[in-house]
Amino acid sequence: MGIVKIKKDFHEARWCEPIIYEMSTPGQRGILVPMPDDEIKAAAGDVLAAIPAKLRRKELNLPEMDQKHVLQHYVRLSQETLGANLTNDISEGTCTMKYNPRVNEDLAAHPNFAELHPCQDEDTVQGILEIYYKFEQIIKQISGMDRVTFQPGGGNHAVYTAASIVRAYWESKGELGKRDEVITTIFSHPCDAATPATAGFKVITLYPDKDGFPDIEALKAAVSERTAAIFMTNPEDIGLYNPRVDEFVKIVHSVGGLCFYDQANANAFLGVARAIEAGFDMCHFNVHKTFGTPHGSSGPANGAFCCKEEFAKFLPVPTVGFDGKKYYLDYDHPASFGKVRDFYGTAGVVLRAYAWTMNLGADGLRECADISVINNNYFEKKLLEIPGLSECYAGNGHRRQEQVRYSWEKLKEDTGVGTVEVCNRVVDYGIPHYWFSHHPWEVPEPMTLEPCESYSKDDLDEYAEVLRTVSKEAYENPEIVMTAPHKASAHKRNDDAALDDPAKWATTWKAYVRKHRK
Amino acid sequence: MKKKLGLIVNPVAGMGGRVGLKGSDGEEIQKRARELGAHPESPRRAMDALERLATIKDDIEIITYPDEMGEKEARECGFEPVVIGSVEPGKTSAKDTIKAAREMAEQKVDLILFAGGDGTARNLYDALGDNGVPVIGIPAGVKIHSAVYATNSRNAGEVALMYLQEKIKKVQDSEVMDIDEDAFREGRVTAKLYGYLKVPHEERLVQHLKSGRTEGEVAALNSIADDITESMEDDVLYIIGPGTTTRAVMEKLGLKNTLLGVDVVLNKQLVASDVIESQLLDLIKGKKAKIVVTIIGGQGYIFGRGNQQLSPKVLRAIGKQNITVITPQNKLSAIGNNPLLIDTGDYEANSMLSGYYKVVTGYQRTVMRKAE
Repeated sequence: MGIVKIKKDFHEARWCEPIIYEMSTPGQRGILVPMPDDEIKAAAGDVLAAIPAKLRRKELNLPEMDQKHVLQHYVRLSQETLGANLTNDISEGTCTMKYNPRVNEDLAAHPNFAELHPCQDEDTVQGILEIYYKFEQIIKQISGMDRVTFQPGGGNHAVYTAASIVRAYWESKGELGKRDEVITTIFSHPCDAATPATAGFKVITLYPDKDGFPDIEALKAAVSERTAAIFMTNPEDIGLYNPRVDEFVKIVHSVGGLCFYDQANANAFLGVARAIEAGFDMCHFNVHKTFGTPHGSSGPANGAFCCKEEFAKFLPVPTVGFDGKKYYLDYDHPASFGKVRDFYGTAGVVLRAYAWTMNLGADGLRECADISVINNNYFEKKLLEIPGLSECYAGNGHRRQEQVRYSWEKLKEDTGVGTVEVCNRVVDYGIPHYWFSHHPWEVPEPMTLEPCESYSKDDLDEYAEVLRTVSKEAYENPEIVMTAPHKASAHKRNDDAALDDPAKWATTWKAYVRKHRK
Repeated sequence: MKKKLGLIVNPVAGMGGRVGLKGSDGEEIQKRARELGAHPESPRRAMDALERLATIKDDIEIITYPDEMGEKEARECGFEPVVIGSVEPGKTSAKDTIKAAREMAEQKVDLILFAGGDGTARNLYDALGDNGVPVIGIPAGVKIHSAVYATNSRNAGEVALMYLQEKIKKVQDSEVMDIDEDAFREGRVTAKLYGYLKVPHEERLVQHLKSGRTEGEVAALNSIADDITESMEDDVLYIIGPGTTTRAVMEKLGLKNTLLGVDVVLNKQLVASDVIESQLLDLIKGKKAKIVVTIIGGQGYIFGRGNQQLSPKVLRAIGKQNITVITPQNKLSAIGNNPLLIDTGDYEANSMLSGYYKVVTGYQRTVMRKAE
C-alpha cells in the first residue's frame, strides 16, 4: 500500500439516481422488435394463441427507456455501492468475503460452459456431471461424510435440506409426531433456528455460559424423547470454537436425536477438523464462504450438504452417479424427500468452487485455514489496542478462530458514540458498513470482523488504522462521528420507522406505489 | 415549538444504601442516614443525565421544582429552568414529588426525567396513573425493582435526549414496583407490582441499551400468545400471573385480564379473577393445574416480586414441570447473562423451583434459561 495508510480524502460517487420507474418516458424503447415476415407469419400461424389467456397482459408495468440510459443508470448505481472487488471488506464478519479469482470467472463465462442447458441430454453434459461427481468426492474427504448434494441454492438452503432430512428420517420411523423439537444455540447462525422452524419443528435455543460457549447443562436439561436433532455452528458467530462439541453430540445421540453441524464458514478448520470425527450425522458448507465463489444471496449461490450413508436415501433428487464409464443423474431414490431447487443446483458455482479447490490442493486448503487464523490473531491484537474497543468474553482463556465479535460499549459510555455511529463513519474512509451481529444483540454495541486469507497485512493495517482514527475522533470531536457519513452516496435514513413498520416499508416498486402513492 | 421536559429530583433517594439501611423512605430513616454520614446520591446522578442534554439546550424548556428538587441541578448544568411550585428546603417528602409530577402533567410536558428509587417511581405512578405522560428514571435509589429506570444516569439522559429529538417514538408500559421497606430492613422481601408507567422505548437504546432489533413488541406478544393458547389442554386450570406479556395471552383468549393480579382460566373460560392465595389453593385442590408467568420488573424475577399470590404452597402443589415462563426476547436480552430470579421467601420452595426453564419467546420458540 506504500505510504498512504488510509483514504482520508475518499469520496464516493453521488448521483442521487432516481428509481428506474421514475425515469420512464412513455413510448421510449431500447429495442424495436421487427414484425415477422409474411412468410414466417403464414408458417407459424397465430403464435399469441399459444400463450394461455391468463398469462396475456394488455399493459406491462415496465419502465420505458432507451438502452443508453438503462446502461447509464445501472453503472451509476454500481458506483453508489461499496461492494466486493472495490473495497476492504473485512467488514463482513460471519459472511466471509473471499476474493473470487478472475480465472474462475472466465471459466464460468466460457461459452462451452455458459451455453449448457439443464434440459440437455445426459450424454451431452458429461463434462459438468464429471465436475459435480469429482467435487463431491473432494467434499466427502473434507467433511468425512459419505454423500454430498449441491442442489441447495445457498448456505441457508443447505441447512433447510438438513431440516428436511431430519423430518424425512423421523417420518420414516413413524415418530415425527413425537420428535418435534430441534435444539440450537444463540450464537449459531440464525438459519439453524429458522430452517427447522420452517420444516415444522419447535425450536429450543441454548444460551452461552460465562465463557461464551453454549451452556452444556442447559443442553442436558433440554434433551428428551422429543428431541429430533441439534443444529449448531462451530466456531460460533462470535469466533469461539467449542472444544466440547463432541460431548454435545453424545448428549443428543444419547436420547436418539440427530446432529447437524453448520460448517458454512469452514475457514477456521479446513484440513484441520472434520464433522465426522466430532460425531455428527450431517453437515454443510456454504460454497461462497469457504470455496472462493461469489456471494449469491440464496439465489445464484450454492450450499454443499453432506451426510452419512444412513441418511443418503433421503437426499433430494437427482444425485450425480458414475458407472465406471459414464456420469448420470440418478432419480432412483424412492425415500427422497423431493427437491429443494429446480434441476441440480447452480452449476456455475460448483464449477468455480471445483476450480478454486483444485488450484489450492489439499495443502493449500489447510494453508487457507492457517492464514485465516493468523490474520485474525494479528488483527485482534492490533484492534484491542484501540481505545474504547473490547471483545466479548474477553479473558476466558480461549483463542478466537477466524473472526471476533468486538464491542464498542466502552466508547459509547465514554463518548456517546456507539457502534452504529462508528459504522456510519468508517464509510467516510472508503470502508463498507460493517456487520454488527445477528439479532438479538447479546453483545452490547457489537462489531463482527473477519479477515480471511484473502486479505494482506496492508489490508489489516488499513482497517485497524481507520477504526483507530474513528475512535480518536469520538473522544476528541464526537459530533463528526455522530453526524456521519459525510462522504457517502447516501446519508442516514430520515425515518427509522420505515424499516420497522410494515405499513411503511416497501421492498419493491409495486409495494411502494401501493403504500405511498395512494 | 420547544419540547418541554419535566425534571424531578428526589433529593434523599439513595441515602440509606451506603450506610446499610436498605432504603430511604420515611423521615426517621433519613435522619438516621444523615447521622451515619450519608450524602445524597441523586443530585450528582441527575446532573450526569442532564449533561447528555447539553447539545439541545436551546431547543428544550425544562420545567422543574425549586431548589434541591431539580432547580439546583438544572442551573448547575447551565440550563435556565422554569421553576414551578414551592418546597421547604431540606424537608421535602413524597408529597412534593407527587405534587410536582401532577403539576408537570398539567403543564403538558413531553417527558418527565426523574431521579430516585422505587419509592419515587411509585410517587410518580400515584400522580400520573394512566394519563400517559412518559417518564424515564435516573437510578439513584437503594431499591430499583421497577422497570422504568435506565441502566445508569447517562443512559437515562440519552433516552431523554433521543425521545425529545423524536429519534425514539414508541413508549412501552413498564412496571412500577416497590418493596415494603420496614419488612425489607428486617430481611423479608414483599415487593408489590403497583402499576405501569409509559417509558420511551427503542429496543437498542432502552433495554439496557443493548438488545438490537427484534421483531417488535406487538408481534412478539402476539406470537407468544398464539403458542400458549394453542397448546392449552382441556380440563387443566391455567393460572395466569400478572404483567403485560401474560395480558397478551388473556387478550388472545378474549378474556378480561387483571394486569396487576392473578387470573384463572379453565377450558379457555375465565373461572376466577384477581385471586388471592387461599382461593388458588381451593381451586387447584385435586385438579391438574399449570402456571403461566412472565418476568416482573427490571431484574429478572419470575416469582416473589409482584406475584406473591403464587405462594410457596401454591407452587409446591403445582410443581416446576407445570410452570411456563413467557417473555419477549428483548426482555431476556435485557437481563444479559444473569439468571432468572426466584425469591418466594421460602428457601425450600426456591430450590424446588430453581433450574432450567424452557422460556417461551415466540410461537414454537423457546430458550433454555436457568432460574435461581
